Parts: sequence; structure tokens; C-alpha cells
Amino acid sequence: MWDYTDQVMDHFRNPRNVGKIEHPDGVGTVGALACGDALTLMFKLGPDGRIAEVKFQTFGCASAIASSSVLTEMVIGKTVEEAGRITNKQIADALGGLPDQKMHCSVMGREALEAAIHNYRTGETGMRNLDERIVCTCFGVSENEILRITRENGLSSVDEVVNFCKAGGGCGMCRNEIQKLVDGVIAERTQAKTAPGDAPRKLTNLQKIKLIEEIITREIRPALQRDHGDVELVDISGDRVTIAFRGMCAGCHASETTRHSLIEAKLRECVAPEITVVEESRS
Amino acid sequence: MSRLVYLDNNATTCVAPEVRDAMLPFLTDLWGNPSSMHAFGGRVMRHVEEAREKVAALIHADPSEIIFTSCGTESNNAAIYGVAEILGPQARLITSRVEHPAVLGPCRHFREHGHTLIELPVDGVGQVDLAALREALFGGQCLVSLMWANNETGTIFPIDEIAALVKSVGGVIHTDAVQAVGKVPLDVRRTPVDLLSLSGHKLHAPKGIGALYVRRGTRLKTYMIGGHQEHGRRGGTENVPAIVGLGQAAELAAASLAGEAARVAPLRDRLESGLLATCPDARVNGDPRHRLPNTLNISFEFIEGEAILYHLSDLGICASSGSACSSGSLEPSHVIRAMGVPFTAVHGSIRFSLSRYTTAADIDTVLEHVPRVVAKLRALSPFVTT
Ligand code: FES
Repeated sequence: MWDYTDQVMDHFRNPRNVGKIEHPDGVGTVGALACGDALTLMFKLGPDGRIAEVKFQTFGCASAIASSSVLTEMVIGKTVEEAGRITNKQIADALGGLPDQKMHCSVMGREALEAAIHNYRTGETGMRNLDERIVCTCFGVSENEILRITRENGLSSVDEVVNFCKAGGGCGMCRNEIQKLVDGVIAERTQAKTAPGDAPRKLTNLQKIKLIEEIITREIRPALQRDHGDVELVDISGDRVTIAFRGMCAGCHASETTRHSLIEAKLRECVAPEITVVEESRS
Repeated sequence: MSRLVYLDNNATTCVAPEVRDAMLPFLTDLWGNPSSMHAFGGRVMRHVEEAREKVAALIHADPSEIIFTSCGTESNNAAIYGVAEILGPQARLITSRVEHPAVLGPCRHFREHGHTLIELPVDGVGQVDLAALREALFGGQCLVSLMWANNETGTIFPIDEIAALVKSVGGVIHTDAVQAVGKVPLDVRRTPVDLLSLSGHKLHAPKGIGALYVRRGTRLKTYMIGGHQEHGRRGGTENVPAIVGLGQAAELAAASLAGEAARVAPLRDRLESGLLATCPDARVNGDPRHRLPNTLNISFEFIEGEAILYHLSDLGICASSGSACSSGSLEPSHVIRAMGVPFTAVHGSIRFSLSRYTTAADIDTVLEHVPRVVAKLRALSPFVTT
């Protein structure tokens, strides 16, 4: 038997908010019968714009049922934006932890919520961007998902990736590729840990440009794309980085904060403390 | 928790009271080393040999053909390793896709070291493809390892026919009979297998004891090198209490074999028909005509096995599942998959395995609770539309 916490067993035995909602504002489904787990999550907003009702249906093991159930309790009363910030780790923590091999249940919860929010915002039911490259065909897991799960949960081995999103846990053909992705994230982490001040001296101009490009592509853009925004790198001149916002970010009143506290802060942390980020129209 | 209803006997069985009583003196007064040259050890040795006779009698072998091992896994490893090493890398290994990992593991190990390995497919009820076996047998020396009965579905392979085929081409045949011994009659005088594995804790002896039958004349490389125990075929001081326990369990099994099968099979059948009648979208996995009398593997579509097991466990019912989630692997049971069971059912398979101690009341309890558990989980399933 698994070493499940009392919270897991309580939510498994008495799942909260099971079922369907008539005319929900957002519905998300992830997983498949073939994979052994699947979750449909739906919510309805109240007049105050906060999530008033949420229901789920799960095909899966005890921890999949518990993760779905606890997630429904976590989102009630939150705005869609607040709910969208819930991480799989928070779901697992709310259950007092999950066995390593079961962490993918918490990831499935987060993904279903994300799909439901996407459906609410766009009316679309499918979440996956068709351009995304699938790395693990056994479980249909894309490169972006693997990168994100590895980053968000501080993973450092293929086996951990398997526990968190199943990728690599079937035929194993994709394990080499997952290893490369994990290695890339580990390299990012090491780079980020390098003391500020060391980095500029070590980087040539070309290295600096490459690193900026890489951090924008790997870390900043996926984060913005999750909220249907985007950013484009326009130019780099010395320590001055010019960007242009796209998608939802383009007209967003919070783009100033995004530019400063997300993009500039990240580039300062990972590349050089002197970097300033400016928007194209204001350059 | 309510009364324990234990229907997981293909995983392990309880130690029979008679077995426990037979073992006790060897944990207390009779603790001598059977290899010692004094009378105190010699007395113990006599009990070891008596146990050997009883185990041999259960399968109609000669006592000199029985080697005591630590478990079924060791017996399987010893047989495959011992023969494959003697035959050399040019020999082919032939097994099936539904074997226990204790057979598949060593076979795949030898594949990595140069042997050709053929894993025979099975059909929808888990029966091995005999045409594929015939084809695989052509082309020189081979070791065939096929189970007598499957641990998950209870499907019984036609070992008589298989052994005759293998012998007709001069091959060596090993059978993992861990699930069959004590449940169905086995007679190595009639079935020409060269090697046969059995395990104590599947027939009411304790864990940690097994045996390997090696037909006289079969060449087997010694895999456990040390003392001269077991006529030099397996070094290591004998686990005397467990050996005596296995002997006692074998004697009990031999005495009750026919009667027990006739008692347990109807109980299993009542469980099967009851569940099929009360749980819609359920299907039985395994060969309805050639199946162990004690085993029922049933899939409840659209729900997942681990979740069923945990609810049953809350009700005091012990069973097991071939679902991926219950095992920690991500792929559901290789046996159920190899049988081509559809995905709607593969994750929700549950195995109920009965024993000498299973009662009609146990079956009633399961029949009372399972439909409710299934309905509860189906109410949660996104795949159930009605
Ligand atoms: S492709 Fe990833 S495990 Fe098979």
C-alpha cells in the first residue's frame, strides 16, 4: 500500500464537489483512459467575479481523486487570476504531500484547472498548442510541459520527471531527450546561482546576447504565454534590451510591471545586474 | 474494520496451523545443523529428507530430484541461469509475454548477454500461441520456460502438450508452477518437464522457502556455490524450519487436492456470476475453460483498480489489481495488456484469489460490497455517461 497521508485518504474517501455543473463558465479535461488517469474540472463564477462553484470527475487512483478534490476546495472563492497561480506543489502540499511516484496526480489537477481557465477566457476546449513538440508519445507530453514541470518543481533527474508527468515512464524511448531537457534546466539553475558581478566579466558580447535570447525563450515567454500574452526581443545594445509586447500583454495596463519585475528582474538575475529593459515604442 | 476477508491468495497464503506446529520444534529444541557429523544434526537431517519426500510426492517426483531454494524467484532464476549457462549463447531462450518477472527478468538478462530471446504472444484469454511456439522451436538448441498457470488470470497453459513439443526437438523445458502446485494435480511422470519451480508461501507454508524440481539427467550449472548441501547443487545451510513447513504443506495439499478444487471452484464461480450480474460493464480476464479453480480476474470498465482496492480494503476485503497506479509503474499489468484487453477495462482489473480457508460467507461479503464500491467510483468517472 502507498504511504498516503490522512488528508489524501480523507479526500479519497469523501471527495468534495463531485459531479458536473449546468452551463459552467469554464471546463477543462486532461488525461485519457489509455494513460490511466483523466480529470474533468468545471467552474462557475459568482456575481463578484470569484469562483462560486466547482465540480470534478476523475478517473484515477486514490491520489488522483484526492488531488482533484482538494483542488476544488482551493479554488472556491478565488478570482480566475488567483486560481491560475495555483501550482501542483501547492496541491500536493494541501494534501500533506504525495508519494514521489504520485506527483503526476497533482500536475494533472493543475493542468485541468489551467485548461478550464483557458476555456473560460477563449472558449476553446483544447489546451495544447499544436505547434508544441511532443517529446513523450506514450503519454503525449510536450517539451514545454517537461521544461515547465522540471523548473517549477526543481527536478534534476529523468525518474523525477516520470513521477511528475509520466513522460519517460512507458517505452522509455524518450528518456534520452528528457535527460537533455533536464540537463538544460540544471545548467540554467547553475547559471542563475552564479554570483551577480561574476557573470558580466565572464560573458563576451556574443555570449550575453545568446543568454538573453535563451532566457527570454525558455523562461519569460512561456510564463507570459500561459496568460495568453507574449513578448518579442527587438534589439540588444550593450546592457539595453529592447522588447515588444504581444498578445494579451500588448494592451495590458500591467505590462509596465511585467517589463520591470519579471523581464528585467530575470535578466538582471541571470545575465547581468546592469541590464535595463525598455519597450520598443518608448525606446 | 470489519472481519478480514482475504482473497489475495495468489500473492501469499496464511501459514496452515498444521504447518506452524510442524515447524515449531525446529525453532526450539531441534536446532542442530543438518550437515553436522553428530547425531543431534543427523536427527534434523532426517526431517529435511522427510520433507523432501513429501514435496516430491506432491508432484510425483523422486526425492533426489528436489532442490530446496529460498523462494519461487530463486527457483526460476536457478533454472534459467543453470541451463542457459550450460547451453551457451548460441542457444535460444523461449518464453511468453505473460510470465512472472522472476522468469522474464533472467531471460531478458541473457538476451542482453547475447542469447536470442523469443517471447511468445498470447490470445485474448491469455493462452500461449502454440503455433508460434512450434515455429520458435525450429533452429537448434533451446530452453523453453513457460508457466503452468498464470498468477494474474489463472489461465493454465497446456504444459503436457508444450513439454512434449519441446522434448520432440530435444529442447529443455522449465515450467514456473508456483501458482499451480497445490491447486491442480501435477505429475512429472506424465508431463515431461525437465525443471519445475514451486514456492512455499503459495500453499500455506511460510515465506522464504521454495523448491526446484530437476529431472534426473538434466544438466544444470550450480549457481550458489559454497557448501555441499543439496548434493552440491545449492550451497548454503538449509532453512530447516521452513523446509519442514514446506514438507507439511505439501502433504496437506496432496491430501486435499481433489476435494479442495471441487469446493473452491464453485465458490469462485458464484463470485464471478454474482459480480457480472450486479456490476454492469464488467468482464472476466482469463481462460474460462482452463483456469485455476481459485482465481477470478475481473475488469470493471471506466474505473481504476487502485481506487477499488482502497475502498475494499476499508471494508476489510483484500484483493489485488493489475492497475498501474497500484504498482508504482506507469504501465498496467503486462499480462492484461498482452491479452489485448481494451483500455476501458485494463486499468480496472481486480484479482480475487481464494484458498482452502475461503468460506461462502467471505464470498457473500464481497458480493455485498463490490457493487457499491463500483457504483461509487463510477459516479466519479468522467467516462461514464449514463
Ligand atoms: S515515448 Fe516516452 S515513454 Fe514512450
